[in-house]
Amino acid sequence: MAVTLSESAARHVSNFIAKRGKGYGIRLGVRTSGCSGMAYKLEFVDATEDQDLVFESHGVKVVVDPKSLPYIDGTELDFVREGLNEGFKFNNPNVKDACGCGESFNV
Amino acid sequence: MALLQIAEPGMSAEPHKHRLAAGIDLGTTNSLVATVRNGIAVCLADEEGRTMLPSVVRYHADGRIECGCAAMQAQARDPKNTIVSVKRFMGRGLKDVAHVESSPYDFIDAPGMVRLRTVQGVKSPVEVSAEILRALRRRAEASLGGELTGVVITVPAYFDDAQRQATKDAATLAGLNVLRLLNEPTAAAVAYGLDNASEGVYAVYDLGGGTFDLSILKLSRGIFEVLATNGDAALGGDDFDHRLFCWILDQACIEPPSSEDARLLQMKARETKELLTSCAEAPIHVRLGSGEEISLSISREQFEDITAHLVRKTLAPMRKALRDAGLDAEAVKGVVMVGGATRMPQIQRSVAEFFGQEPLTNLDPDKVVALGAAIQANVLAGNRKDEDDWLLLDVIPLSLGLETMGGLTEKLVPRNSTLPIARAQEFTTFKDGQTAMAFHVVQGERELVSDCRSLARFELRGIPPMVAGAARIRVTFQVDADGLLSVSAREMSSGVEASVLVKPSYGLTDDEIAGMLRAGVDHANDDMRARALREQQVEGQRLIEATEHALGEDGDLLDGEERAAIAAAINELRAACGASDHHRIRRLIDELARATADFAARRMDRSVRAALAGHKVDEIPL
Repeated sequence: MAVTLSESAARHVSNFIAKRGKGYGIRLGVRTSGCSGMAYKLEFVDATEDQDLVFESHGVKVVVDPKSLPYIDGTELDFVREGLNEGFKFNNPNVKDACGCGESFNV
Repeated sequence: MALLQIAEPGMSAEPHKHRLAAGIDLGTTNSLVATVRNGIAVCLADEEGRTMLPSVVRYHADGRIECGCAAMQAQARDPKNTIVSVKRFMGRGLKDVAHVESSPYDFIDAPGMVRLRTVQGVKSPVEVSAEILRALRRRAEASLGGELTGVVITVPAYFDDAQRQATKDAATLAGLNVLRLLNEPTAAAVAYGLDNASEGVYAVYDLGGGTFDLSILKLSRGIFEVLATNGDAALGGDDFDHRLFCWILDQACIEPPSSEDARLLQMKARETKELLTSCAEAPIHVRLGSGEEISLSISREQFEDITAHLVRKTLAPMRKALRDAGLDAEAVKGVVMVGGATRMPQIQRSVAEFFGQEPLTNLDPDKVVALGAAIQANVLAGNRKDEDDWLLLDVIPLSLGLETMGGLTEKLVPRNSTLPIARAQEFTTFKDGQTAMAFHVVQGERELVSDCRSLARFELRGIPPMVAGAARIRVTFQVDADGLLSVSAREMSSGVEASVLVKPSYGLTDDEIAGMLRAGVDHANDDMRARALREQQVEGQRLIEATEHALGEDGDLLDGEERAAIAAAINELRAACGASDHHRIRRLIDELARATADFAARRMDRSVRAALAGHKVDEIPL
């Protein structure tokens, strides 16, 4: 069971945390909302919760709550550029189908 | 697949509900757009990696519209259709525009705002600005992968209502939702205040392309308060270019140049200025349209000499702002430099000398305003948690008030009041049976209306007839967070109401803002005397009118001698009201009051008798 970051994603996350001036790591998770079942959550973490699972990937702490883990286990978070736009992308092996925009998905 | 950004803890957006917000620095020379991504404010770059978009719009004969670098390159070739520094014309009439004679445009003096004749027809500065905003909007939406929820656009602190409204109109035309207009120095403080989290009093020295703003800000416990603002709406880096341009004309003995040559030399002047920031000497080689070649050289010392008066012009607003804030230069903990022109060594030196410390330059002075606007936009769009929400207080630059009897100003909102603000005051009628009241909204520091700037006039009608002084008319001044003013008047017993949204048709002339502030101080004593005189004149006239009215109604209560005495007192007072000795008017008012004391008592008796006539004692409420 693990959630990982690509090297590029890890580099960007470290950089963002450094510029933000604080932060333990990042939180990956899911929420039950959206047009096709689940939606991703990607946030800075200042303090972890009791139940949280913490992974480390390329030196970055990745925090996942136990309820989210089954939905995103095996996911690699990547950082990509698409034209002028840039941002993070979940490469999630559990996804069966996603809505057109990719913001929400079903497992 | 949509790309995700890292949100603050607990602030992940719902799918399809990303609140994409951007900050826009709509500058005279360059414009920028910034956003907060992954918790950090960044300026967004175009495909070539450039963050600054030259504020230049070119209208082509075939209907195409170009914006930015491509348009700027056409400046010399197509000066009439290539609009630069359009911000100087926003909300301004032709007479308010500086250097009209050396501008290559075909100006049309239209009511309210100057227009420009281009190959695509007549364009207003609002339309030209909207093209710049459209280009920034396209860039932001391509970079953020979605439609913008809202933007914060920055304006110079000294922009008046007309200029602010013009900026908002341009944004609407570009399809942008303006969350708020923000003063540029305040935006700079936001960028510095949050990134460095330092508390204390700061000065923001913003020498942009076309405007100079000096603001004194207080940062404490995450709250920004603008203590004072001052500046010069017609001083900027462009003036340094212009000075150098004139120097080149002078040195090369060029007669008034063609508009193509003028544009070429202006560009050369700007390049030379930028070169002198890092070099001690700069060569100037230009080939004019006629084929004539100019070859000159200028040293940094020479450049500093010919622009020394411009540097000095920034000193007076600094002193005034400090005085308004009630502070000495030593109380200022740091000085933030904003605007590309602050890279000039002579500027940094003079600021360092004035404040006795080196100014802060650790953020890019060209980007700092856009970054602050982005941070503010991010908050207003709701992408931050309530607990680290902060307030942002701006101030109004000039007092707002109403004209009262005798041409005096009644200030309702004093200058440097924090925004948004609402102030109400009650006024009353001057004459018996008065059913309408005219309101004249003015802006300025002087006591007499004729010395202030007229913003708007409106009337309240339908006041029920009452004796003078009985009506209660509540006038409310409301200035919103963008600095736009609305005034309403309401008669309290009947509820009749009238209001006006102030969109003044003209901007202030170049020297007016500075002049109005200076005049307020210089004429403090004159103004005090003038006010005292007008007050006594109004009081005198009111008493004469009331007395004459009473004589008409109850004159039979007086014998000939008494009547003559009162008439003489009236005549003497009337004569004094026409002169300018307010002590004498006061004395004669008192005399007339004494002369009519008996008469007033007799009138009172008569009216009481009249009221009681035909009534039984028990009908009288006691």
